[in-house]
Amino acid sequence: MSTLIIPRRAFVLSGLALIPCTPALATVPQVASLIQALTGGADRPGRVRLDLPLLVENGNAVSMTVTGPAGTSSLHVFAEGNPNPEVIVVRFGPASGQPRLATRIRLSTSQTVTAVAVLADGTFWTDRVELIVTLAACLE
Amino acid sequence: MARVLLNVPKTARRGEVIEIRILIAHPMESGQRRADTGGLVPRQIINQFTCTYNGVEVLSLELHPAIAANPYFAFYARADASGPIVLSWVDDAGVSQTEMAELGVLLG
Repeated sequence: MSTLIIPRRAFVLSGLALIPCTPALATVPQVASLIQALTGGADRPGRVRLDLPLLVENGNAVSMTVTGPAGTSSLHVFAEGNPNPEVIVVRFGPASGQPRLATRIRLSTSQTVTAVAVLADGTFWTDRVELIVTLAACLE
Repeated sequence: MARVLLNVPKTARRGEVIEIRILIAHPMESGQRRADTGGLVPRQIINQFTCTYNGVEVLSLELHPAIAANPYFAFYARADASGPIVLSWVDDAGVSQTEMAELGVLLG
């Protein structure tokens, strides 16, 4: 009887290589062009606030809060390292009490997340958070 | 019908800003995940969410697969008169659901 003996270390590593975790990721220029289409290049840093943890242990559910300044008509969030760069668009109506939204998002890798606030007065403001993800949201 | 946890204050003073919190049981299948058989699991997410108060829009959300499973949203409305707060959403399968809470506004 012949037995094929695979060293344990090699076996474990070959298993890791099989994990299908390579979705096409959005790129930095793709996010830049989405923001360009939204603001026409008139966005400036400041006034909007994007709250995200700097070190994410589980990318499947990351608490995120976006707060715009008074007069915000919509908030847009983009994740340049996700397969799909768009995360959420929030449009505030007349009954809104404060231009703020808290939710939980998925992040597939360490990356920079950008929030854009569109104000009723026609100005655009951005905030960026660069974060590290230790467990990516692409397996389960 | 998805199970929902909705948190809205029962009463508020006129002019007060109230927080509305909602947690919806939904898989939010991203369309990026592989099934055991190797094929991609088709995308099935809630893609639109709207909240109105006394028929006036509080906010509307356009959602993408980057929203985590069992989505949670917290946001704010300004209390001005007693009335219903209505939350509704639609998913990729075209299934829509509506939840309602009554807010009582105390004058003075």
